[in-house]
Amino acid sequence: MSVTEQQSGEAPGRPARRRGRWRLVKIAMEKPELAALVLLFLLIGAFQVLSNGVFLNFNNLRGLFGLLPEVALVAIGVTLLMICGEFDLSVGSVFALMPMTMAVLMVDGWPFWVAIGAGLGLCALIGLTNGLITIRFGIPSFIVTLGMLFMARSLTVVISGGFPPRLRMDEIPAWLFVDFVGPGGLFRMSFLWFLAVAILVSLLLSRTNFGNWVRATGGFLPAAQATGIPTARVKIACFVLCSMLAGFAGMIQTLRIGSALPSMGEGLELQAVAAAVIGGTALTGGIGSILGGVIGATLIRVIDNGMVLSQIDSNWFKFAVGGLTIGAVVANAWMRKRARAMKVET
Amino acid sequence: MLDAGAPDAIISVRNLHKWYSGVHALKGVSLDFRRNEAVGLVGDNGAGKSTLINILAGLHQPDEGEVIVEGSRVAMRGPRDAMDLGIETIYQYNSMVPSMSIARNIFIGREPVLFSIGGFGILDEKRMRRESVQAIADVDLHLRSPDALVGELSGGQRQGVAIARAMHFRSKVMILDEPTNHLSVKETAKVIGFVRGLAAQGVTAIFISHNMHHVFACCDRVVAMALGEVVLDRRIDETSIDEVHAVL
Ligand SMILES: Nc1ncnc2c1ncn2[C@@H]1O[C@H](COP(=O)(O)OP(=O)(O)O)[C@@H](O)[C@H]1O
Ligand SMILES: [Mg+2]
Repeated sequence: MSVTEQQSGEAPGRPARRRGRWRLVKIAMEKPELAALVLLFLLIGAFQVLSNGVFLNFNNLRGLFGLLPEVALVAIGVTLLMICGEFDLSVGSVFALMPMTMAVLMVDGWPFWVAIGAGLGLCALIGLTNGLITIRFGIPSFIVTLGMLFMARSLTVVISGGFPPRLRMDEIPAWLFVDFVGPGGLFRMSFLWFLAVAILVSLLLSRTNFGNWVRATGGFLPAAQATGIPTARVKIACFVLCSMLAGFAGMIQTLRIGSALPSMGEGLELQAVAAAVIGGTALTGGIGSILGGVIGATLIRVIDNGMVLSQIDSNWFKFAVGGLTIGAVVANAWMRKRARAMKVET
Repeated sequence: MLDAGAPDAIISVRNLHKWYSGVHALKGVSLDFRRNEAVGLVGDNGAGKSTLINILAGLHQPDEGEVIVEGSRVAMRGPRDAMDLGIETIYQYNSMVPSMSIARNIFIGREPVLFSIGGFGILDEKRMRRESVQAIADVDLHLRSPDALVGELSGGQRQGVAIARAMHFRSKVMILDEPTNHLSVKETAKVIGFVRGLAAQGVTAIFISHNMHHVFACCDRVVAMALGEVVLDRRIDETSIDEVHAVL
């Protein structure tokens, strides 16, 4: 293709190698997750120094990798949904409701696999409800899922009967989800589940026609509708997936700590949104990546853990996450603008 | 209905009515669009032009009346039905997703897949890039790369990509709703030249504009609408800009 409408910023005589390098810079700057990735490395370096080398030692990494999948799985679903142009504030409550449902059913004598199926089914139903109400009544999903946040949390407490049901861990193949594996037991099984989900959802978004519909639906709804994409169904599918991932993550936490607590996952919805935003997902939809959400979630875990190790007052944790969220949005907007201004042959 | 539309018409509409909660936007519109004809649709804001073409594009359903495509009555339930009938629409607002690449945009909803299960499949990205380069070149548009984001293109380039998409899917009828809005003089001339060339490619054009000069520059026929009704329907060579203005 010829270069016809090339504007300033590119002298015609510039050698090809220089031009190639600018092209790479532009492509990199257009990646929404880049800022977060750079920051992640900087923070890891800083905490490594501040903690006198404890941060990157084996045991700490083991702890970090053990907790990461829980918030990251939630963040993956939330990121996907946000790219589709919608929002889910109920994930924190669903995170608790799913394992609570499972635990209560198991106390009633249901076998583990049936209880897990029922729990995930309930999550799917919640996602479906969120999606249907949002679309059918044209209400912002922010409001619908805020309502669901309260309802699902309330349901969790009600079905728990006020105190956590006893999980008989010997009846549960918990090894499948939380056992330590890998070199020296560095990872838990949950990490592998998380990796598999992250890769699958990432491929779904970037390599399939469904992913193309998700981006189009979130990117500019009227255009997506005009091309005949079933935008309502695409959104509902994302709502359902988001809820199910939140429930699955909650189940993993329950199996890790050995009991289902009614208060699990409180505030997690905001961490997940923060993770998505820090990773470059735009609140307006259409822009973002699963990798970005994962990097955002990792950043949050790293800050939490690194601050403890560095003996910083842990009350600063939320301050740091908040600052990071705002900073990331500003940085991303700036980089996108700069990248756009760079007219190079791409 | 006994009237199946004019025999040489590719699309006919008969007695179309459309209400938007109280607003009677179309009041019994009957029209024939003949094969390889470029029809200019003019009228003031609110005349019902967009409503009419939204019905032809499958985006809205008429409350009364019928749409006849190539001799048979059709009931389109969505834009996809219209596309499958060979009707492509380039909307007034941009019909592209700015945050997606040119190649991705061209194939939204009609992505080629390597294999698929139940309609879902892995994108054939190589084919998407190759065919979009070809589609863009076919409409004589010069762009840097099919991977460039549509949001980085000028208004005229975006219309160009929308036109390339419509041509790529071998449309029989191309509807352009105010495609020259917000375009530079040069870009406008390009779109007009393009519409003029459609007949030679066997494509019927419905060109909406409120600039009469644009319509007279590229259409064979002009249809004027006012307050939901057709008030004039003439061949370009049998009328004048003044006459059309007089009825509006
Ligand atoms: N989606 C809609 N809801 C309500 N009223 C509408 C809608 N679309 C169009 N109308 C009304 O229908 C009439 C015709 O509008 P439109 O077809 O957009 O006219 P034009 O394209 O000729 O400017 C106007 O009075 C407009 O306000
Ligand atoms: Mg209009």
